[in-house]
Amino acid sequence: MDWLSIFQNSFTQMVGVAAVVYCLAALGVNIQFGYAGLLNFGQAGFAAIGAYAVAVLVVTVGWPLWLAIICGVIGSILFGLILGVPTLRLRADYLAIVTIAAAEIIRQVARSVTLNDYLGGSDGISGKYAADWYALNPFEGIDFFVLRFSKNDLWVVLNGWALVAIIALLTWLLMRSPWGRVLKSIREDEDAVRSLGKNVYLYKMQALVLGGVIGSLAGVIFAMAAQSVQPDNYATTLTFYVYVIVILGGAARVFGPIIGSMIFWFLLVFISELLNNAVRAGYISSDILSTDQIGQVRFMLVGIGLMLLMIFRPQGIFGDKKELALDER
Amino acid sequence: MRTRLRVVDDGPGLLAHRRDTRAGLLRRRWALRSLAGVGALLLGLGASVLPALAADTGLKGTVKDPVSGSGIAGVSITVTGADGTPQTVTTAADGTWLVQVPSAGKYEVTIDQTTLPDGLTLADQSKVTAKVNVLSEGRVQTVLFKLAAGTAGEGGTAPSADAPASKWSQIPQLTVDGLIFGIVIALAAVGLSLVFGTTKLTNFAHGELIALGGLSTYFFNGVVGLPLILSAALAVVVSAFVGGWVQNRYLWKPLRKRGTGLIAALVVSIGLGLFLRYFFLFIFGGQTRSFDAYAGQAGIEIGPVLITPKDLISSTIGILLIALTTFWLLKTQAGKATRAVADNPALASASGIDVEKVISTVWVLGAGLASFSGIMLGLQVGVSWQMGFTILLLVFAGSVLGGLGTAFGAILGSIIVGLLVQLSTLIIPTELKYVGALVVLIIILLIRPQGILGKAERIG
Repeated sequence: MDWLSIFQNSFTQMVGVAAVVYCLAALGVNIQFGYAGLLNFGQAGFAAIGAYAVAVLVVTVGWPLWLAIICGVIGSILFGLILGVPTLRLRADYLAIVTIAAAEIIRQVARSVTLNDYLGGSDGISGKYAADWYALNPFEGIDFFVLRFSKNDLWVVLNGWALVAIIALLTWLLMRSPWGRVLKSIREDEDAVRSLGKNVYLYKMQALVLGGVIGSLAGVIFAMAAQSVQPDNYATTLTFYVYVIVILGGAARVFGPIIGSMIFWFLLVFISELLNNAVRAGYISSDILSTDQIGQVRFMLVGIGLMLLMIFRPQGIFGDKKELALDER
Repeated sequence: MRTRLRVVDDGPGLLAHRRDTRAGLLRRRWALRSLAGVGALLLGLGASVLPALAADTGLKGTVKDPVSGSGIAGVSITVTGADGTPQTVTTAADGTWLVQVPSAGKYEVTIDQTTLPDGLTLADQSKVTAKVNVLSEGRVQTVLFKLAAGTAGEGGTAPSADAPASKWSQIPQLTVDGLIFGIVIALAAVGLSLVFGTTKLTNFAHGELIALGGLSTYFFNGVVGLPLILSAALAVVVSAFVGGWVQNRYLWKPLRKRGTGLIAALVVSIGLGLFLRYFFLFIFGGQTRSFDAYAGQAGIEIGPVLITPKDLISSTIGILLIALTTFWLLKTQAGKATRAVADNPALASASGIDVEKVISTVWVLGAGLASFSGIMLGLQVGVSWQMGFTILLLVFAGSVLGGLGTAFGAILGSIIVGLLVQLSTLIIPTELKYVGALVVLIIILLIRPQGILGKAERIG
């Protein structure tokens, strides 16, 4: 058992690229699901829009990065509007079905052979995404005890967490504003808010779009960090992971998604590293568990974790159970 | 180049990627990609969050036997660039090939059919040469050649969908295909809709009941060795018991007693579905497999339509099952009680109906029907670990189209979705046929959110 390597990987991934990307996506879902009570299961679709906007516009067309990011954000706003118009007047589960379907539409269109020349099919698009941006990096890689980042990863992670901090601050400010209070009261009792003369539909739409824009930024960072996009990275599992993160950290808490993402990725990497090492060292017979299957065990644990959390501790680690009156709609 | 600490000794472990040398990483990525969707998915969530490496520019692919799915070695592939210089390679033992090209641009890739093993040929003879556009430097583009049984020149036994000339003459065939697919969806949708009607649970784990039916049939048939028909019957019984009665008794009933909310229950079902899918993958592996009988059955021609006997018989049974369910709902006491509970559980309970018993019956019925849907799907396209999740959204589309919560609506909606999926291939590419149905789902919600047979009510 190589304990140093296990902890090295776990702690690095705790604040690593994946943790940043999922944290951003989770910050978006937290606004939708946590504060407004909207079941957006299409966060993967929003992220895919951000990622593909950067991929197509920067790599294939050759636009500057900032313009591509703006286009991605606009794209996600339009996507949010398209999803919101038919569903926000309906019961919450309709939104869940439609958003999950819409995210699948995006993924299947992105990986289709028909659009291979534009979107790169199931291989996606790789190339130079953000050379100018990486060139700004004044730091070298880091290799300090349990933290280990390459030069580029370190730059992504630093910028990513800075973006997370800005969005978290924005969320905090928004949620203590009158706008945020209306949003929370819609989650509690929609009819009461409506009877006070507020346009519930409009508020929900704004929350959906805002969360979606943050989700698209997650996709932008993902694409820039990986220097590639692959359609299957934006499958529904991304959305499910994000929900685990939001619920684990505590929905309707500003720091919920941040803590949730860190703990989630630490546990995920730690468990798979541990199993991996145990199988290699012969503590677990490879007849029972081969190293290929560790990824599958990981997914099973996420599934069970989501169930148990929702049943026994729906408020997560930091949440307040009173804030989670999500039902009766 | 920064070389990481450790070179891993054996096995393509998922997390091993991170510590490998870059060359090793590339090789492992390669190996994983060839594991099709599963590999791509796991890779995506595991390793590809790391910056991609400056891979060489080129073209690659895998030549596979259409029946066994294993790679074919020694097939000759020629890549010709715009400047006209050809490069020829032969496939490796696992059927993979890779050609590196100097720059991005348009290339022509030709497969030499004489090097294919006997009895195999290209599914579409017009696609001996594929025109490929390599989008950017550093990109390795995949090129696929689809093979089929047959000999060159004969055209193979590929589905008639590849003949664009007689597009409209396919309408009868596609209609029949659509009806059969509609029955598959309807069998699953009845259970989904009845469970929703009686408990208001939006069950995202319903797809796994479909997979349970298909996979347990494969277990009895392929592993235990029972005849297919007996296996199918056993599978329906087992799925109805385990997927229906046990699931309700030990998961959903306690949750209802705890007063778990609807949205919480929805999230629980998502967790359950995720767990079950990867549990199936763990047990069953990533391949798509066929039952041991009727796999390559020849079709019989009825007028303009070609239909295999297995589809004819299984869809007849499917229709019978749906008809029986309808009869049960309309005419029997238990069926009437079910509709009463769906209508108003409190009132039903006050009228002396045992609501929990009704719910339990609905789960058993729904799981049994869904498992038969999985068996039909398995007969048509083979069984795999995610067969249920693949069509789950179409099942939702069918239920929502007909009106969520109404059994008859679910049947009607599903048939429409099935027809839509198949007939849409006249206009849109076959690979996007599910997308068309999902787009329609969104449009329906915009125009008539309560569905065709649903009651109009203000919701939300």
